Amino acid sequence: MPRRNDLHKILLIGSGPIVIGQAAEFDYSGTQACRVLMDEDYEVVLVNSNPATIMTDPEVATSTYIEPLLPGPVTQVIEREQPDALLPTLGGQTALNLSKELHELGVLERYGVELIGADYEAIDRAEDRERFRSTMTQAGLRVPRSAIAHSFSDARAALDQIGLPFIVRPAFTLGGTGGGVVRSEDELEAVVGRGLSASPIGQVLLEESVLGWGEFELEVMRDRADNVVIVCSIENLDPMGVHTGDSVCVAPQQTLTDKQYQKLRDQAITVIRAVGVETGGSNVQFAVDPQTDEVVVIEMNPRVSRSSALASKATGFPIAKIAARLAVGYTLQEIPNDITKATPASFEPAIDYCVVKWPRFAFEKFPGAEPGLTTHMKSVGEAMAIGRTFKQAFAKALRSRELDAKPTFEVDDDALLRSLERAGAERFDRVLEALRRGASVEDVHRLTSIDRWFLNELADLVADPDAPFAGQRTYKSVDTCAAEFAARTPYYYSGWERPPAVGEVQKGDRQGVVILGSGPNRIGQGIEFDYCCVHAAQTIRELGRDAVMVNCNPETVSTDYDTSDRLYFEPLTLEDVLAVCAVERPEGVVVQFGGQTPLKLAAGLHAAGVPILGTGIDAIDLAEDRSRFGPLLDRLGYQAPPYAAARSADEALERAADVGFPLLVRPSYVLGGRAMEIVYDAEGLKHYLDRVETEPGRAIYLDRFLEDSIEVDVDALCDGNRVWIAGIMQHVEEAGIHSGDSACVLPPHAIGDEMLEQIRARTAGIALALGVVGLLNVQFAIHGDSLYVLEANPRPREYSNGHVCVKEVVLPFDRFAGSDSLLGPEMRSTGEVMGIAPDFPTAFAKAQAAAGSKLPLAGTVFITVADGDKPAATGVASMLHDLGFKIIATRGTAQAIRKMGIPAETINKIGEGSPHVVDWIERGAVELVINTPVGTGARADGWEIRSAAVARKIACITTMAGGMAAARAIAAARRGEPEVVSLQQIHAGARVRTGAGDARAA
Amino acid sequence: MSGDPTAYVLLEDGTRFDGVACGAPQRAVVGEVVFTTAMSGYQEAMTDPSYAGQLIAFTFPQIGNYGASSEAMESDRVHARAAIMRAAVDREDAPGAERGWLAWLADCGIAAITEVDTRALVRHIRDHGAMRGGVFDADMPQAQARQLIAEEPGMGGRDLVREVTPAETIVLDGGEGPRIAMIDTGVKRSIVRNLHARGVTLELHPCTARPSQLLANGPDAIFLANGPGDPGALDYIVDTVRHLVGQRPVYGICLGHQLLCRAVGLETYKLPFGHHGANHPVKDLTTGRIEITSQNHGFAVLGPDAQRTIDRDEAVRWETDYGAAELTHINLYDRTVEGLALRDVQGATVQYHPEAGPGPHDALYLFDRFVEEIKAA
Repeated sequence: MPRRNDLHKILLIGSGPIVIGQAAEFDYSGTQACRVLMDEDYEVVLVNSNPATIMTDPEVATSTYIEPLLPGPVTQVIEREQPDALLPTLGGQTALNLSKELHELGVLERYGVELIGADYEAIDRAEDRERFRSTMTQAGLRVPRSAIAHSFSDARAALDQIGLPFIVRPAFTLGGTGGGVVRSEDELEAVVGRGLSASPIGQVLLEESVLGWGEFELEVMRDRADNVVIVCSIENLDPMGVHTGDSVCVAPQQTLTDKQYQKLRDQAITVIRAVGVETGGSNVQFAVDPQTDEVVVIEMNPRVSRSSALASKATGFPIAKIAARLAVGYTLQEIPNDITKATPASFEPAIDYCVVKWPRFAFEKFPGAEPGLTTHMKSVGEAMAIGRTFKQAFAKALRSRELDAKPTFEVDDDALLRSLERAGAERFDRVLEALRRGASVEDVHRLTSIDRWFLNELADLVADPDAPFAGQRTYKSVDTCAAEFAARTPYYYSGWERPPAVGEVQKGDRQGVVILGSGPNRIGQGIEFDYCCVHAAQTIRELGRDAVMVNCNPETVSTDYDTSDRLYFEPLTLEDVLAVCAVERPEGVVVQFGGQTPLKLAAGLHAAGVPILGTGIDAIDLAEDRSRFGPLLDRLGYQAPPYAAARSADEALERAADVGFPLLVRPSYVLGGRAMEIVYDAEGLKHYLDRVETEPGRAIYLDRFLEDSIEVDVDALCDGNRVWIAGIMQHVEEAGIHSGDSACVLPPHAIGDEMLEQIRARTAGIALALGVVGLLNVQFAIHGDSLYVLEANPRPREYSNGHVCVKEVVLPFDRFAGSDSLLGPEMRSTGEVMGIAPDFPTAFAKAQAAAGSKLPLAGTVFITVADGDKPAATGVASMLHDLGFKIIATRGTAQAIRKMGIPAETINKIGEGSPHVVDWIERGAVELVINTPVGTGARADGWEIRSAAVARKIACITTMAGGMAAARAIAAARRGEPEVVSLQQIHAGARVRTGAGDARAA
Repeated sequence: MSGDPTAYVLLEDGTRFDGVACGAPQRAVVGEVVFTTAMSGYQEAMTDPSYAGQLIAFTFPQIGNYGASSEAMESDRVHARAAIMRAAVDREDAPGAERGWLAWLADCGIAAITEVDTRALVRHIRDHGAMRGGVFDADMPQAQARQLIAEEPGMGGRDLVREVTPAETIVLDGGEGPRIAMIDTGVKRSIVRNLHARGVTLELHPCTARPSQLLANGPDAIFLANGPGDPGALDYIVDTVRHLVGQRPVYGICLGHQLLCRAVGLETYKLPFGHHGANHPVKDLTTGRIEITSQNHGFAVLGPDAQRTIDRDEAVRWETDYGAAELTHINLYDRTVEGLALRDVQGATVQYHPEAGPGPHDALYLFDRFVEEIKAA
């Protein structure tokens, strides 16, 4: 069954912004799919709202649309492009839901677009809980006892049948958003309520608890001839109850007997056939009771998933690539195994190593959030490690996480043991510590239900941490076949063997250049760095050298074995990187594309005599070290906000007076503005210093915070002599909001030519003074008529091109109930989207829609702002009033608005009694919230308001600049759906005003 | 790596891999060194009679994780001569374990070695072919070990069936199903179990049974079992089979497949390093379907024109002494022969292991088909 020649043009939907539960793995799968389909001579139309992706590079698809992933814009794309088919299974849950919606709206039928891979019925059978359940039961498989509820009374009625504890799973959400466990009747309302509101169709599944059972996943592939293979099994070390995305996992499974494993394999095959996924990959999750061998099917994803990305990287079997070929008619036998070249893809990989995946958390960013792990995913990234044995892999994964701070433990042994009972972000660190302190495997097993095999291995590791690493480090290949056939694809990991160990690295004649990746995704270091690493690899190959990639993040394009000439799946520590260099003897190492992770290694590599290519060590240090960067600016005659560095709390309080309030305060060497805050007076600073633990000896930085200034981000490229400005972006929010969390517009829309000239000149001046060879990002603040340099980073921040582009960020607050959604100098966003349009308001509206907080076109707006913002608020109120919005406000704000002759209804603050503002929001009587925080002190009201808005997915704007942009965007949106336009068209058209061009130093 | 080596693997070409002794203490164990890529089912492999005379190197590094249990036995004892592993563990606390893996090996008197760079060993065998070798105590001088290996006969021309066949006929009563006479050249329990589950009454005959003995109780069919060694050395069984083809339906698995092929005129040859694993794709050329199969054989069948591979996805049909025959299955890894069907008389065999034990269940339906065909005959 070869290629389908009846199809010519295929539409692919991306997964949108990086959010928890949907990271760069879908850039990996989408890019693979696009490339395969292009290779097969299909025209590929791609829609995605996230510009920081390889898949949205113009050469990856025939036509690329950066548009909100909503039925409206995608229908327009379909209308324009008239594709023959839509492949819905490679863009995560977002693409699957949207494809389903397009079918339900009749759009696909109207334009004659065929769903390939999985049809509507298959998607619905897998996604609709009730249908899935009955499908499984009919196929003779057991599922947990369960009931569907649309209300509290449904839930109470089901209690008798299901029993306690039970699990709440909302329908149609990704990463288990809104799910939870009900352990007692008292918890029923809170947990069920959260589930009901998280589900777009107001439906939750209540399910028999299988907490403590083993959790297993199988990655299944099927072709049109009904051939089915299992690519990989994955076992969660955390038993059922912790979302698989938050679990430490091992591949392949370790604890099941052959008979038990084959039972799962049989059932997985039955599942994919019963659901009816015609071609491609699916993920099936099982719970297994280790005592009784009982197996229940938990769920199946009829698409490529995070687990399939993990399985692909763990085995070398490229699931997305093969799924794309299967979707256009090929069978598994007709597709060659890339790695061996000699055998077909119709086989099951044999693994002769161990793979361990660790989630990477960011709880420290969300103070107040419930720290436990549940069925609701909370990790922001993951690291994968490969070793010859479980112990090697586990220990490598531990160090791959690159934790900012070492976990701290209860001093009391009993307290430590008790803390194991509830799964948390540092559970395995705690398990290791407990074993170190003498707890027995039995003790830990009793408290955690973690399989004894793993605990025994960990106990061995604790008893002798060096044993697994005795011998000699050697590089082995990931080859899909346990060495049964010679591998052609150089995908390596290190293992330790008894000397003389036999290495497998094969190099040609070309010089190699090592590119260091960015490690696990975390807030402040996301997919954009992977984007840069991939481009660096492409360029190095074009320059006739071998690109050698080192990274440990499975959710990336950089760890696709096709991206580089040699891939080392290794932790990004100095020791591990030096070991790669010892084997590779590269021409040099590139450290500037992977964010902070490789920059931290630069000095150590340099000291070991490894040549660093591009910007030198000294330039990096010059930019990072405030005590060196400040004098450099002075020498250049560039203004910077007054600042000071202090080594202790007392010194900080003393120096604060010299710098002047308000202050931006933070500890040194931080990523994503960790623990960065604005304080308005000495008391605020004291409070900060009490709360934030500072490492003794480490500096605390104090910067004058320029209130009401405009921030500008500049990306530039320097060859040592000449500087090229790639783009100047203006932040929509004022300074003080972390640049990573601020909406941005390119080109700048309210900065005069003279100021732009000054920005260019100073960027060039800094680039040359630092000695940058490569990329440089400079952040400026415009305060009044003066330009201040905030910071310079010899690494990229942003990449964009186009019309007027507005970048908006996506925040994970809905994951961290209890944490405030207010923006500040600490970065908390996980991903970003872009809106492209001919004008700023339209682009802003598109960006908002793409980010998931679609601006309302009419309705009621609630405004409550700090005193200083009241004049600006009246302006926004006046625009919204003219657009027909009803305005409600708290007393002070309402008075200010009414004074300008605009009607505004006064409603109660929370303290003023019901019905107060939160009641209004919860009743669904508010469509838009504009709430700026008061400068200092009590933020409790604002916190409640924003939490309520976030919970109901109501657009919530926390800055006046954002409010004004929103008002203008609403006005633009009311003029009609904006037109869609492909990137390729934009590029072909006139050169766009991005502020790009050569620059001379001032 | 926990300390100094206490044992080593030596191959006949002098290649040596050090490791740590485990299982039963033995100065020296020699035989043919083969590797399996199956990721589970270590106990099933060690007790599979087809591994008689062989030392098994496991490519999966973690062996012993779920202990040993009676339900994983594929025969009444261990047949492989030694286990060569990367990271063996002895854990009795696994949920289904009746004994720790290494303690069980020791109980069975079987030598084993762990902390061996099995991947390097496997790559060597892949590149140079399966060869004789042994596991030796670290104290044994290498020259002496080499001498012991040299004294071990090679696998070619070797009849190992006589070591694993029952001394006398055993009858396992079934239910409503047909009566089958099996030439028990070392049958796996999973095959017996699968036939028994379909109501079959099974007679397990010694490999030397005469045709008259096999037919004495009026069986509905003859079954040719799996087993160890070189099928080329089993002329006496081939003669028996030649008497039975056409008289009764003849079915077979693995060695049984090779014997039926030889009976209808094909030759067998030794594969470079055999097929041992649980992930080999086999295509049924008559239906186009692909099964993921369990494999364990060191020899394979040549086609009617002495071809080692079947290069087109079409069944190869030719005339035999018993009428038309077809090669019905191929291995998609190396396109070697995996199945035979006789078209004018009743008979069909496969090279792979539909009974799994260990391995995938994709081909279990073949037992239904065998039994249905026997009933229909």
